Amino acid sequence: MSAKSLFEKVWDEHVVVAETPDTPAVLYIDLHLTHEVTTPEAFNVLKSRGLKVRRPDLTLATLDHSTPTVPVRSLADLDVVAEPSAAAQIRVMIENCREAGIKLLGFDSDQRGIVHVIGPELGATQPGKTIVCGDSHTSTHGAFGALAFGIGTTEVGHVLATQCLLQRKPKTLAIDVAGRLPKGVTAKDIILAIIGRIGVGGGTGHVVEYRGESIAALDMEQRMTICNMSIEAGARAGMIAPDDVTIEYLAGRPMAPQGAAWDAAVKRWRGLPSDPGARFDKQVELRADSLAPMITFGTNPGMVVAIDAPVPQSSDASFRKSLAYMGVEAGKPMLGRPVDVVFIGSCTNSRLSDLRAAAAIFRGRKVPSTVRALVVPGSQSVKQQAEAEGLHEIFIAAGAQWREAGCSMCLGMNGDTVGRGEYCVSTSNRNFEGRQGIGARTVLASPLTAAASAVAGRIADPRDCISG
Amino acid sequence: MEKITRFSSCTVVIPTTDIDTDQIVPARFLTTTTRKGLGKALFADWRYDNAGNPRADFPLNSPGAAGCQILVAGHNFGCGSSREHAPWALLDYGIRAVISTGIADIFRSNSLKNGLVPVIIDTDTHRGLLGTPGAEIEVDIDACQITLPGGRQVAFPLDGFSRYCLMNGVDQLGYLLQQSEAISRFEENRPWKP
Ligand code: SF4
Repeated sequence: MSAKSLFEKVWDEHVVVAETPDTPAVLYIDLHLTHEVTTPEAFNVLKSRGLKVRRPDLTLATLDHSTPTVPVRSLADLDVVAEPSAAAQIRVMIENCREAGIKLLGFDSDQRGIVHVIGPELGATQPGKTIVCGDSHTSTHGAFGALAFGIGTTEVGHVLATQCLLQRKPKTLAIDVAGRLPKGVTAKDIILAIIGRIGVGGGTGHVVEYRGESIAALDMEQRMTICNMSIEAGARAGMIAPDDVTIEYLAGRPMAPQGAAWDAAVKRWRGLPSDPGARFDKQVELRADSLAPMITFGTNPGMVVAIDAPVPQSSDASFRKSLAYMGVEAGKPMLGRPVDVVFIGSCTNSRLSDLRAAAAIFRGRKVPSTVRALVVPGSQSVKQQAEAEGLHEIFIAAGAQWREAGCSMCLGMNGDTVGRGEYCVSTSNRNFEGRQGIGARTVLASPLTAAASAVAGRIADPRDCISG
Repeated sequence: MEKITRFSSCTVVIPTTDIDTDQIVPARFLTTTTRKGLGKALFADWRYDNAGNPRADFPLNSPGAAGCQILVAGHNFGCGSSREHAPWALLDYGIRAVISTGIADIFRSNSLKNGLVPVIIDTDTHRGLLGTPGAEIEVDIDACQITLPGGRQVAFPLDGFSRYCLMNGVDQLGYLLQQSEAISRFEENRPWKP
């Protein structure tokens, strides 16, 4: 048998009908995650054709995208705090899940949260699974050695009806990251540097495997941050080989296998890492030990520089249009620019370790009155854990707002938005024009950089706030 | 889905590179529960000014663009989110094909499932098309090629299955449903269960 990569092993195990020159493969899906925005039309199609959900037990639903981040205890509350169309969408989701027998973590669940935070947290995300969701950041789950990718609404319907998808086998790209991260530099900075290197279309058609000393040294939450942004390089998915860190993270989680099934699963997971000599279609290498905190200056995540480096020059029309939108000048660094809003949250950086990192900087400091700072935990259980540690008190004492779980300002669908022309340092994943609100200017950074900028009132280097 | 073999139309050109799905249809329009009527949200933040009036400098608003069904866009069109609302908005507006040197994976897959033809061409041909808005182009699904105004033909990649589905108006769910026996067998025989 020839040497296989992690991706090939997972792919091969899920082929129901093999690919031919004329037809794509039929690929089996082990876990289907859903949220309120991309499913209604899929259910409409099923209903209009008289079809049933084939495996409701393999679909898990939550409310996150258009969901308010102020407390909602009942559907009556929802009508008060949400836009009518958002409230209607949430009701449709609740009704569709009820009819189909799909487990929904709704307002009555303390496990509700951003779809890519709850899957891992509950242990539903596991090595070797195929995982899809009508959301491009499904790539997050690849941190466990799962093959996880975003799909459109038509494909959500395919999975609901058949638990399968029609897929052509993607190509593979290995990204090796060597060296240990310096202090104040995080997984977010690694992935921003990677996207800066290969570009926002650099991964198109490929599944990435992140490897190397720096990746192996990351905890699961940091690995999720890396895989989360694979899509920002255009990649179909991002994966990291499962190891002791992965297995330890999953042990005892509510939806992880237990007892003998756990032992069998661990044995299977141990066999998943790429074989020595596995071939990749492309390979990229990067060093982590020379990285600085990274910051975006433009309107896509590939427009990124080290925090103290000048914004590059270019005569390209799209590049110039982007700088004009951002009100940023080439030749000058982002460091020191005043900020209006700071958002700490999103499926990229809203887990407990992200909140702890931010709190370490907020502790004993104040957010100036010119800055609106919002801290939004990724799930209700992250919220509870943070509160048990007293992190919320640190945020509130610093003058930041502490919210309920949801996507919030990552895409500004639930009422949490950034104003026209305002600068927002955000720990989310997309700095597209208008992503956080019409005319909003988003600057992507790590939770450390975001927190340091919040207390400084301007874009700040977190290395200056960290002692030791 | 409607059957498509070939069609001709003038082009509208938006030369910006890396046009993401948040531009094609901004998130605030996604609180809908149907695919219909999204044409008015297409490129909303580029198409209208702060007061909601059409911006004269945006290509879709130019007099020559009226009725054009082919969009020529900068490299890496459709990157970003998986929202199928993006191809729905383009189709609802009247666009039937998008031509670029690069089209993002999920957007491409979503487009093919809705009868919007993603056409990827070489840089030189692309440069020519970017420079000639309004050019009359034929998109031929059968031959997997476009015909330029001077008669030159340029091939574009389209896998056999997608081509078949477009030409016969077949939706892929029907094909998948035919595999249900194989799916049941797979579920029974696999060595571990999710
Ligand atoms: S947090 Fe942002 S990127 Fe993540 S799922 Fe929500 S909207 Fe998408």
